Amino acid sequence: MIPRSLVIAISVLLLAVLGMGFYAWHMRGRAAAVPVVATDMRPVVAPVAGPTEAVTLFVAYDDLGVLRAQSARIPMPSVRQQRAEELLRALIALYLDKSSPHPLPPGADIRGIYLVDPGLAVVDINAAFADGHRSGVLAEELTVASFIQTLAANVPGILRVKILVEGKERETLAGHADLSNFFDVSAVNQLTSQLQATQ
Amino acid sequence: MNAGGATDRKQSLCGKWFAVALLLLIAVLLLSAAAPEKHLSVYSTAANYSLPIVERDGHDYVGLLELLEPLGTVSAKSEPPRWRLHYNNVLAEFAVGSTRARVQGRDAVLPTKFLLENGRGLVPVSSLASILPRILGGPVTVHEESGRLFVGSVATHFTASVSPDDSSRLVFHFTSPVNPTVATEPGKIYLTFNHEPVTSPASATLTFASKAIPSATYSESNGAARITVNSTIPLLANFSNDGQTITLAPVKSQPASTAVGPSAPTPPPANPAAQLPASGPPLPVSRRYFAIVDASHGGNDRGEALSASLAEKDVTLAFAHWLRQELESRGLSTLVLRDSDVTLSFDERAAAANTAHAAVYIALHAASSGHGVRLYTTLLPYSVDYDNGPFRVWTTAQQSSVPLSQATVASVATALKKDEINVRSLTAPLRPLNNVITAAIAVEIAPPASDISALVSPAYQQLVTSAVADGISAIRSQLGATP
Repeated sequence: MIPRSLVIAISVLLLAVLGMGFYAWHMRGRAAAVPVVATDMRPVVAPVAGPTEAVTLFVAYDDLGVLRAQSARIPMPSVRQQRAEELLRALIALYLDKSSPHPLPPGADIRGIYLVDPGLAVVDINAAFADGHRSGVLAEELTVASFIQTLAANVPGILRVKILVEGKERETLAGHADLSNFFDVSAVNQLTSQLQATQ
Repeated sequence: MNAGGATDRKQSLCGKWFAVALLLLIAVLLLSAAAPEKHLSVYSTAANYSLPIVERDGHDYVGLLELLEPLGTVSAKSEPPRWRLHYNNVLAEFAVGSTRARVQGRDAVLPTKFLLENGRGLVPVSSLASILPRILGGPVTVHEESGRLFVGSVATHFTASVSPDDSSRLVFHFTSPVNPTVATEPGKIYLTFNHEPVTSPASATLTFASKAIPSATYSESNGAARITVNSTIPLLANFSNDGQTITLAPVKSQPASTAVGPSAPTPPPANPAAQLPASGPPLPVSRRYFAIVDASHGGNDRGEALSASLAEKDVTLAFAHWLRQELESRGLSTLVLRDSDVTLSFDERAAAANTAHAAVYIALHAASSGHGVRLYTTLLPYSVDYDNGPFRVWTTAQQSSVPLSQATVASVATALKKDEINVRSLTAPLRPLNNVITAAIAVEIAPPASDISALVSPAYQQLVTSAVADGISAIRSQLGATP
């Protein structure tokens, strides 16, 4: 004969197990219903301390296929190379924003900029930038002109620019814009004038 | 000891079988890798072009819509298991997976079943001789083994004879102008006709009463015809009579620069070995085409994905065929540089354009963004040495032709505006424009409105290409070449 107290204790424990099981099943259902938040692929940029400075960014607008000069205030280090990096990172941050006028692929970033005298800037972009870039003559040249013109307008002395992808030379950005040669900054300056005129 | 010996023998036998299997595998891999892509070359009064041949169940097939597209107004509708094709006023109906078909209300039997792949109707190459005459309403000759198809009486015939006053000179006369690729190797000179409907003489082997040039043979394969001339001395090919006469004559010592023109740049060699001089003599090139139309991308390079099913490379090819038709209808002889779905490098495109010595090079692109047409001249890369005497820097070969290219863009833009097509003119860092020595422009075609499918609409394709051809035609005298 099982003591009555033991029967009651086992019954209570069984009820508790069933109750917790039901609660766990309910919570699992709720968790499944909550959408997974997309991973934010935007690069984490080390904050630059110091005073901000007014710069001119040449921003691409896909809707009209134009470049527009846009003033911005960003923290600018004193070292020339770091200034160049900050400029392009500011531009990339703009393009990665939700309301970007010229979206770049998630994870797009620059790996580094190397200023080599006399007048050469080597811009090394990452694979995510080039691999995910939209293809098209105008779409690609807007990106290239935006980067080069922004550099030339804010970092004096740059005469030519070479763009690398993951430290290596690539034939084109996404099938059109030629990356195998050095860009002539004066020629890009003229292109910018063309791109600033709306159709 | 015996057991050990047996084990050794077994191991040795296994090793041998393994080596044989490995060699067989390597041989199979090498053979499969070396198999060239098969093509069907089509020759007609409207256009000469080539299409890729695909192999299914051991049989050669070709896309019927693509085959008929350059020849007339054609459309197809897929209603599985039926596939209907309208060519001008002719209706052809095929049943997917069946050998039965109906053309103009009459039954037809295909040698092998009709296939439908991604909306593309594929018919066996062996059926073309029977179904095409019914669809086109005229005679069609198919060289099935060599992948050559002649619509109507378009064949180019030739004769070959040794010059009466010099037995070391062989003279070919063709019934139409030709522009073969010329290649040499010790004891042989090859004339390969990729774009001309050259056909076999009465005998495939021709013999001549000449010790220097004892014989020549005619052969066809993979959409091309070839004449192989056997010789005991190095020969040079000279073109005359507007491309209708080719004379093979012994090489005389002459400055190399006069052979291909002092200013025609060639692509940089991919490896040092490529810098070695060719075994044969430099080859002269005559001007044959007024315009070179280059359908950008192709093969492995699909270009922009304009939609889930539409690749830029296919749209540019369709526009190229239209543009050739429009230019030729204005009396401007035109070569489509990429006439099928093949991969061509920028250097190959530029070298082909430069050696053709055409008056203008037109690269075609398509885009999903924006509206209308964008015209480009080159944005030259940075270079410090533009002047190298008679030679040009490969990366800036376009330098001296930039004003002419800009004038061409202005003329084409005017023609497009006249037809109320939205147009914009820009420069772009776009290869191979910078490597081309003659006037070179790129045309990027976007849909007229937001509907991307307009890019494949024959009406839009004809509207744009007709305006581009008008613009080119308007500046033909300035481009300075006789068609």
